[in-house]
Amino acid sequence: MKRGYIEIDRERCKGCGLCINVCPQKIIRFSEQFNTKGYHPAEQYDPEGRCTACGFCYMMCPDVCITVYKIVQPVRGDAK
Amino acid sequence: MEYNVIYKMPDALSKKPFTYCPGCHHGIVHRLVAEVIDELGIREKTIIVAPVGCSVFAYEFFNLDGTVAPHGRATAVATGMKRANPDLVVFTYQGDGDLAAIGTAETIHTANRGERVTTIFINNAIYGMTGGQMAPTTLLGMKTTTSPYGRSPEREGYPVHVCEILKELKGVAFLARTKVTTPKDVLTTKKYIKKAFLAQIKNLGYGLVEVLSTCPTNWGVPPIKAMQWLEHNMVVEYPLGVFVDKVGEDK
Amino acid sequence: MKKLMMKGVEAIGEGAIRAGCRNYFGYPITPQSELTEYMARRLPEVGGSFLQAESEIAAVNMIYGASSVGKRVMTSTSSPGFSLMQEGISYIACAQLPAVFVNVVRGGPGLGDIQPSQGDYFQATKGGGHGDYRLIVLSPSTVQEATDLTMLAFDMADRYRNPVLIFADGLLGQMMEPVSFEEKEVTYDNSAWALTGAKGRSPRQVTSFNIDPYGLEKMNMELQKKYRQIEANEIRYEEYRTEDADVLIVAHGTVGRIAKSVVKMAREEGIKAGLFRPITLYPFAYEALSNYGEKTKLVLTVEMSSGQMLEDVKLSLCNKTRIEFYGRMAGVVPTPEEVFAYLKSLIGRQ
Repeated sequence: MKRGYIEIDRERCKGCGLCINVCPQKIIRFSEQFNTKGYHPAEQYDPEGRCTACGFCYMMCPDVCITVYKIVQPVRGDAK
Repeated sequence: MEYNVIYKMPDALSKKPFTYCPGCHHGIVHRLVAEVIDELGIREKTIIVAPVGCSVFAYEFFNLDGTVAPHGRATAVATGMKRANPDLVVFTYQGDGDLAAIGTAETIHTANRGERVTTIFINNAIYGMTGGQMAPTTLLGMKTTTSPYGRSPEREGYPVHVCEILKELKGVAFLARTKVTTPKDVLTTKKYIKKAFLAQIKNLGYGLVEVLSTCPTNWGVPPIKAMQWLEHNMVVEYPLGVFVDKVGEDK
Repeated sequence: MKKLMMKGVEAIGEGAIRAGCRNYFGYPITPQSELTEYMARRLPEVGGSFLQAESEIAAVNMIYGASSVGKRVMTSTSSPGFSLMQEGISYIACAQLPAVFVNVVRGGPGLGDIQPSQGDYFQATKGGGHGDYRLIVLSPSTVQEATDLTMLAFDMADRYRNPVLIFADGLLGQMMEPVSFEEKEVTYDNSAWALTGAKGRSPRQVTSFNIDPYGLEKMNMELQKKYRQIEANEIRYEEYRTEDADVLIVAHGTVGRIAKSVVKMAREEGIKAGLFRPITLYPFAYEALSNYGEKTKLVLTVEMSSGQMLEDVKLSLCNKTRIEFYGRMAGVVPTPEEVFAYLKSLIGRQ
């Protein structure tokens, strides 16, 4: 069960790598593909579900490409 | 599983992609300004005054009414707006050449009058838009296209310390120098920007936040290296901190 | 209508206030500082905002700001100060912002002196700053006309979204004459384009910037279209005893007034003289003046300059008549007697 994940607007991304540099879990990398601007955009690679939705990547992204999603914690005592 | 969005592009930004180079800190600061505008709920009465320089297009990147001032004159334009319509929230977004060279007189007098406007000041120690020429804030020894042998104090004088000059002026209500090279810096900078806006909203005076920023392209280093260079060189020359705070803590 | 004795510059200030101007930004400079002082005193009385800027450069940019949020705004200055404002005026013209400027022209070039002059004619009428643009330029010759034209200037500025210049000189500025103010309700509405905050609509931009040459050319075409409209609608001039004139004096502003005395002196001596006095210097009355090419034997242009309006007079008349010039420079005001003497020398009269 993933605690969080990110979406990267690959067309907006300029491949500066600031998100990759700051990610504490080291789960962002450059895509091998190009976007239409010719950059290798950043992409999340998180097969083990390590993303904590800390938001560091969002904070450092100079092109506002990243949306961060966090799991909704079940309320204590919830039947499920 | 259910997921919530916890960080996304703020409403006060237009969707237009930034024209800045990869890794340039302008974009981070743009986003922080937009987040503050959203949080204060002032988007519908806020006007941006963009400068001449790399951020000449800034008024297109915000979901706000805006204009672009002649080089150096952003705070004079903002003054005219605010005096003519005090109900507006007006901010200028300026670089070091604009604010600390050609616009020095406007900067000092706007601050001294305690004009109810806010200034976001990007200090990257170089002229970006025109191609890497020497700025008033260029460090000693730093090579630029117009100081190709390195800035020397005998020839070009010393780096201008804007906050240290402005802190003596009584019209200033909030004044701080910061950087955005780590998430912690980013959060601190956002707090400062909010206070610089509150300085005008609470009718206390002029607010300015100086953000030490990278210019990977004209410094000639990759974005991550640029941030390291900033930490090791710019922060030494330009100490971080709050110089004036008449706003106090937000309740 | 009640008449008040007022100095020229104060009458301009009062005219502005009665035209709904509530914002003034300026910097003291002789010989117009009394206008700045008048606004400093009067604007707070009517709930307006006065600010002494740190320079003319700051002042013109404050004008840009106040105008861009949709308010009536003016500044006043004198020649060197007006030169400092040119960059900002170019921006204001391209961004299509209404604003009223007053240049109480003094002797130049350089620091010059503080005496009356018309040496800023080229600067006023041909653009002044960088790029293809025009100001509407109004040249009053009496204190009453200065007031009336100031009030008109605000209406024109809003109608065309263009800067308007009152082209005066120190003589007119310091002169005291009776003035009456037209009682009229001030209504203007700039809400269709002003920066008022993006509430319930998409964001607006007021700008003189377009990085795309085709886009910028389009902006220029809009300006040019507007200038053609201004040229079609707004040309103003006065003709005095011109019906049978074979000698025509062309003069504007204060010199127009002096020239009127010359016409009277000439008529007393049986010379059929008349006066053509352009009131709008831009747009210039080329067509109206061109009619005198065939009707006159001599056209004498008189200016307090080396002959700047003279070039427009020549353009109008295309050498269809004899064109002569008399000018004093550097702040020297010609007397009616010396102009009349020169006129007589031109036509071989003692």
